[in-house]
Amino acid sequence: MVTLTHYLVLGAILFALSVFGIFMNRKNLIVMLMAIELMLLAVNMNFIAFSQFLGDSAGQIFVFFILTVAAAESAIGLAILVVLFRNLRSIAVEDLGSMKG
Amino acid sequence: MTLALFYIFAAVLVFAGLRVITAKNPVHAVLWLILAFFTSACLWILIKAEFLAVSLVVIYVGAVMVLFLFVVMMLDINFEELRKGFWKFFPVAAVVATIMVVEMILILTSRNAQIPGAMLVETGPTVADLGRQIYTVYFLPFQLSAVLLLVGMIAAIGLTIRKRKNTKYQQPGEQIAVKAADRVRVLKMEADARLEAPADKPAGEQQA
Repeated sequence: MVTLTHYLVLGAILFALSVFGIFMNRKNLIVMLMAIELMLLAVNMNFIAFSQFLGDSAGQIFVFFILTVAAAESAIGLAILVVLFRNLRSIAVEDLGSMKG
Repeated sequence: MTLALFYIFAAVLVFAGLRVITAKNPVHAVLWLILAFFTSACLWILIKAEFLAVSLVVIYVGAVMVLFLFVVMMLDINFEELRKGFWKFFPVAAVVATIMVVEMILILTSRNAQIPGAMLVETGPTVADLGRQIYTVYFLPFQLSAVLLLVGMIAAIGLTIRKRKNTKYQQPGEQIAVKAADRVRVLKMEADARLEAPADKPAGEQQA
């Protein structure tokens, strides 16, 4: 019998994994974006688990909106990445210091 | 049976997530991420959330991951350079992640955190229920999300559009706003004074 706790623990593991990924790939902007996508997936997993185990459909609708926002976010993020690469010929996070005073 | 399936899918999901963040080649990372999304869609179907499972596959695997693949393959990046110092942050990252996961598991599995009566619903909200709610209760957020997608689209195009210097462009605004006075200039001319020139000419010759 699958319980709510199973899904919540899986979501927690996934979330911690993506935090780990952001720490490890501090230079690579693309993998960082992917880790953020994984993080959103973990959050969605929690929403859906709560929604299905407590019988409230609001959680699923919220996940629907999160998917929309995440799609827009990754599109803009990748567009910024492309512009960045065009101007700097690099996507290393360390090279992004031009806004520093 | 369901529990066994859950554990299989969970193991695949965690492994795929681990490979996403440790893959040397970002193309491989994207492919592992696709596996992760697909597996979590399977996990959502396991608790009868079929609409979101399908939309996850359609939106993420179908659109967002293709976008990622395009960008990763388009940019000419030296990924070996970016891999340098990958293990530098390993101790900090491992400590933070381990503490996080242990804390959360301790909380979630403790007796106080259990929600009484949390049972998998027999028939969850169907697609029809979700659609009805989206178009009634959540209608404003739904329209706002449409606006958000439009803004995202315009922003992505506006960021990446590149104007070439030697290409000629039309400017429709100026074309529409033009008036007759801007195009045709009416000149007032004096009445023709040259008619008298032939009369002067013989006089000039006489002087010469």
